[in-house]
Amino acid sequence: MAIAIVIILLVIASIVFHFISPWWFTEIASNWTAIDTTINITFWITGFVFVAVNGFLAYVVFRYRFNKNRRADYEPENKKLETWLTVITTIGVAALLAPGLVVWGKFVNVPDGADIFEAVGQQWHWSFRLPGKDGKMGRSAVELMSEKNPFGLDPNDPFSQDDILINSNEMHLPINRPVKALLRSKDVLHNFAVPQFRVKMDLVPGLTSYLWFTPTRQGRFELLCEELCGMAHYTMRGYVVVDSAENYQKWLDQQTTFSQSYQAKQADIQLGQQLYGSCAACHGQQAQGNKVLNAPKLAGQSIWYLKRQLSYFKNGARGSHKQDIYGQQMATMAKLLVDDEAITNVAGYINSLSQLSPAPTAANIVSKSQLIKGQKLYNNCAYCHGKLGQGNFNTNAPKLAGQDDWYLKKQLLNYQSNIRGRLKGDIYGNQMLLMSKLLHDETAIDNVIAYIGTLSKPQKPKEVNSL
Amino acid sequence: MYTAITDQVDESSHPKSFFYKYIWSQDHKVIAIQYSITAICVGLVALVLSGLMRLQLGFPDSFSFIDPSSYLQFVTMHGMIMVIYLLTALLLGGFGNYLIPLMIGARDMVFPFLNMLSFWTYLLSVIVLMASFFVIGGPTGAGWTLYPPASILEGAPGASNGIVLMLISLAIFIVAFTMGGLNYVTTVLQARTKGMTLMRMPLTIWGIFVATILGLLAFPALLVSAIMMLFDKLIGTSFFMPAILSLGDSVDYSGGSPILFQHLFWFFGHPEVYIVALPAFGMVSDVISTHARKNIFGYRMMVWAIVAIGGLSFVVWAHHMYVSGMNPYFGFFFATTTLIIAVPTAIKVYNWLLTLWRGNIHLTIPMLFAIGFIFTFTHGGLTGLFLGNVVVDLPLSDTYFVVAHFHMVMGVSPIMVLFAALYHWYPKITGRMLNTGLGKIHFWGTFLGTYAIYLPMHYLGFLGVPRRYFAMGETDFIPQSAQTLNAGITISAIIVGLIQLVFIFNAIWSLFKGKMAGDNPWQATTLEWQTSQTPPVHGNWGKNVPIVYRWAYDYSVPGVKDDFIPQNVPQDEVVMLEGNTGNNGENQ
Amino acid sequence: MMKIWQTLTVKPWLTSSEGIVQSDMSTTEFIDTENNKGPGKTALKFFLAIVTLLFFLITITFLSRSQYPDFHALAGEPWLPFTKPIQLWINTACLLLASISLQTAVSLVKKQHIKSTEFAILLATFGSGCFVIGQILVWQQLSQGGFYVNSDPANSYFYLYTSLHGLHIVGGLVALALVSYQFFQDKNFIMNRKNLSLCAIYWHYLLLIWLFLFALLTATPETYKTIALICGF
Repeated sequence: MAIAIVIILLVIASIVFHFISPWWFTEIASNWTAIDTTINITFWITGFVFVAVNGFLAYVVFRYRFNKNRRADYEPENKKLETWLTVITTIGVAALLAPGLVVWGKFVNVPDGADIFEAVGQQWHWSFRLPGKDGKMGRSAVELMSEKNPFGLDPNDPFSQDDILINSNEMHLPINRPVKALLRSKDVLHNFAVPQFRVKMDLVPGLTSYLWFTPTRQGRFELLCEELCGMAHYTMRGYVVVDSAENYQKWLDQQTTFSQSYQAKQADIQLGQQLYGSCAACHGQQAQGNKVLNAPKLAGQSIWYLKRQLSYFKNGARGSHKQDIYGQQMATMAKLLVDDEAITNVAGYINSLSQLSPAPTAANIVSKSQLIKGQKLYNNCAYCHGKLGQGNFNTNAPKLAGQDDWYLKKQLLNYQSNIRGRLKGDIYGNQMLLMSKLLHDETAIDNVIAYIGTLSKPQKPKEVNSL
Repeated sequence: MYTAITDQVDESSHPKSFFYKYIWSQDHKVIAIQYSITAICVGLVALVLSGLMRLQLGFPDSFSFIDPSSYLQFVTMHGMIMVIYLLTALLLGGFGNYLIPLMIGARDMVFPFLNMLSFWTYLLSVIVLMASFFVIGGPTGAGWTLYPPASILEGAPGASNGIVLMLISLAIFIVAFTMGGLNYVTTVLQARTKGMTLMRMPLTIWGIFVATILGLLAFPALLVSAIMMLFDKLIGTSFFMPAILSLGDSVDYSGGSPILFQHLFWFFGHPEVYIVALPAFGMVSDVISTHARKNIFGYRMMVWAIVAIGGLSFVVWAHHMYVSGMNPYFGFFFATTTLIIAVPTAIKVYNWLLTLWRGNIHLTIPMLFAIGFIFTFTHGGLTGLFLGNVVVDLPLSDTYFVVAHFHMVMGVSPIMVLFAALYHWYPKITGRMLNTGLGKIHFWGTFLGTYAIYLPMHYLGFLGVPRRYFAMGETDFIPQSAQTLNAGITISAIIVGLIQLVFIFNAIWSLFKGKMAGDNPWQATTLEWQTSQTPPVHGNWGKNVPIVYRWAYDYSVPGVKDDFIPQNVPQDEVVMLEGNTGNNGENQ
Repeated sequence: MMKIWQTLTVKPWLTSSEGIVQSDMSTTEFIDTENNKGPGKTALKFFLAIVTLLFFLITITFLSRSQYPDFHALAGEPWLPFTKPIQLWINTACLLLASISLQTAVSLVKKQHIKSTEFAILLATFGSGCFVIGQILVWQQLSQGGFYVNSDPANSYFYLYTSLHGLHIVGGLVALALVSYQFFQDKNFIMNRKNLSLCAIYWHYLLLIWLFLFALLTATPETYKTIALICGF
């Protein structure tokens, strides 16, 4: 008895929930409205069946509940009824399938003249490539990947020369132009998914998969990896920005081609030394850092990381937060570096300075249990920063070993309170921000930093990805 | 031929000592109980793991012992344990073992020693699996699908030891299952008692029989993929591994195909869904028929549907791979076959409803669970139509919609049937009834609680919340309310988890204090209720095995005094209603 | 096929006047009752189906993999190890010997020739043992020649196939040992004949699989190409 009423209530509740639910598809931003239509058809048909079947169930349970004066019918089968039900079900299923297959046909066949771009996934970030003026992508291979050539393009392939490389997790697309995304992975399976575009596809190492869509709404849409790709899967995010034609062109003009980046000049250390003069006041002659002035140790840090941070400071991706007082100081200083070349040179000089062991202040008062706890916490950090805290270009993770504890702590706190990591232009910061949340309290931060302190025996920075 | 197996009563083979009777036993009933208890214990581990996952999702940043690595390890172990080590083992190793000989009138499985070996091998696989919790790096965290390359590269938790133990455990499980499965199939084909034709078998046996054949044919695909992945991991072959980087370092692989693994995995994985579902379909049919006092409606259609679903389940596997990067043209074929399989499945639902129709429904606990099953299975089946239809799958794939769908259809529904079956057959297994009051608490908590978990979860999927995310952080398109919803889901999940303790208490308490059941408390027709002792002793039938004279569903036959006629009652012993000398209870 | 159809279309609720339905006592609809060797045979049939599927699935992956550029077949060009696979031929002969001996043992046990049956079983064991050892020798030769498991997918498949096949032989030897133990313990001829003939079937089947693998693994790249074309890879 109760069960019949409950089933009716559940059906009603499900319907009500469906209509009042604020959790529903995001507003569509691509041409795939046909997918939404198919979903609506599916909803109506299955919704009808859901109500009919459960309504009937409730009725039957109520109507034929136990009565000791009644006897059940004896009816082994009813061919006619069964045939009818089969036929009706088949029709219903066909009504679902047919539109689905038609739309799938459209999805499989990319329209002629669609633009192409390539999305490259790797643990745990995105990068992108455009074919450049010749409209053709150059050959790429895993064996060719290196710090200098992260996309693994063939430098001898004429098609690769003008390929535009976007070494960032933010991709721009022009509005209202069909575009085919070629999907490539450097390591494991990933998945290219922007909920607002409705379509998604896996990135599979060893082959190139694809999907296509036409962006129809301007905006900045979050790109998610939706195929489990390892520990930091949930931090593998990116953005697809749909621009008007003019804005897109503006953005495109700022990007560099493969040949430009491949032949980029090496850092001139002597010029860098001259430039470093103004840094030395705070960071010290040997870039050993100065706690009193809140200037971190820089010596031995990898060039790519220094370069990225300097340009962040320069363009406001770091140090522009109101509460980041020391960051603001650094941002002013970074503006003194006029161009990318200057940044490269000074970064090269800093990198060439040999790293000194940190002042043994904190390390002495660390207890063994603290280190054990810290090591456990550091296991998560080690995926990107390396087991020895040596940093890893491929995971965009700077070197941590040898860094001063006060600086690490300050930065972790900055990440946790959104002072660092979510400023516009900080492409990998959100990743660290999400990860910093694993440290639930100050003791946890102290423990993990204490452990990092034990990694600080000076080591040559690992030759990253020299293949 | 069968007489040699079914008719002999070899008294000397009945073991006397405790050790041979309950531990090293070859009696299918003891083995069934061993299987069930092991499966339920390991299932409780998986239940706790799911609770931990839900705690993280509902209340992120609150539990310092759950980090992304351990979260993924919980996800993986929860999934694998539930699908393989709980559901498959409990439904086939537990119920299959207990019910097959009893329901077909045999004294035991045809290969009792092999049967015993099957259990001990299964136990070994469970131990190996559990051992992975204690190795360096912990168990694998690659998701229960174990997709390479991630599963054997450094970027995933447990890639050094956990994955190896997982694959070895799976291989051992497959050996155990093959030993058991050969036994079940052969027993059904060869050891049925006189008169028990195939079409007189209860649907429970049909479900278990077809599911076992599916298992025997599907598990080799998993075995192959497990062995090949072990080669890749331990010897460095490149079956599934193309040239790739691992966290930026180059590794010595080239040319393999990760998608190949997915094909093999799902060639096993989809039939696996039906390995779990078909026994559940069968058992729920018998529960519904018995407690509605009505013959199962459209028995033949039910059998055909089981066979058809079993056959079709081998040609739909790639619907798990619509967005895997395989040739997209496969989508047309697999979407079509997938939706075709909805037809026989729908027929089964109709027939359950039409069995209830004009029945005389006793709302016993098994019946409540069976009705709950119809509701949850309808829900899960209908959401399957979303995901099977290739283009609708595009936005929903890899979101919480998928999680909600397969938990409805493959988690909640079979477990509803498992509970229906436990409440239904517990009196036969132990001789005592389970407590009804506690049973009601258990049913309502489980039924309403699981719906409160999974209905909202579908809507997170519509929104686009991806699965297997440790935390969402700030994501543009996800409103804060989604987090509130997640917290609500977690609370429901914890309530459902705790409610299961009521069942465990009930099962243990009733073992000693439950009402005595008698031989046939539900007045059922099938053979297992006609044993002369309850619980049945070794050899099941005493001196003579029963002879079957009718199908399994002679309930409420017109003109007959009782509302059921057991299968082993000959026509001339059927007691007629007074004043009815007519057609002897026969139908045209 | 018709028989299955007939079985599945019976209306089981109909009861004939004797109380037992038309197809009455027969419980073995799917089984040829004349040659029915009991449950062992049924189980073996299913087991062989599983084994077939196992090798079939690997073969599918093998064929698709054979079309990748990094796949270098072990036969074809004259300097490759399996262009003239003498050792493999010897191994095949050993397995053939085992298979024939077991068949002989079955017919000998029928005639109750105990001594010669024992000899035949021993010969079969010897042949199988030689086969397994011979296969291990092939592995050694290959790895001495620089053809390691992981150096080429063709090699990987060779080792994978032969090790799985070898494991099946070893498993068979365990079963054969059990059967022989029974045989030497009590001379129950009917039981032993049944069990021995099951062993013989299993051996024939493994021989067949080996012949198939032999042909497959020593085929030339062109052959793979043709097969892959036919299969549509």
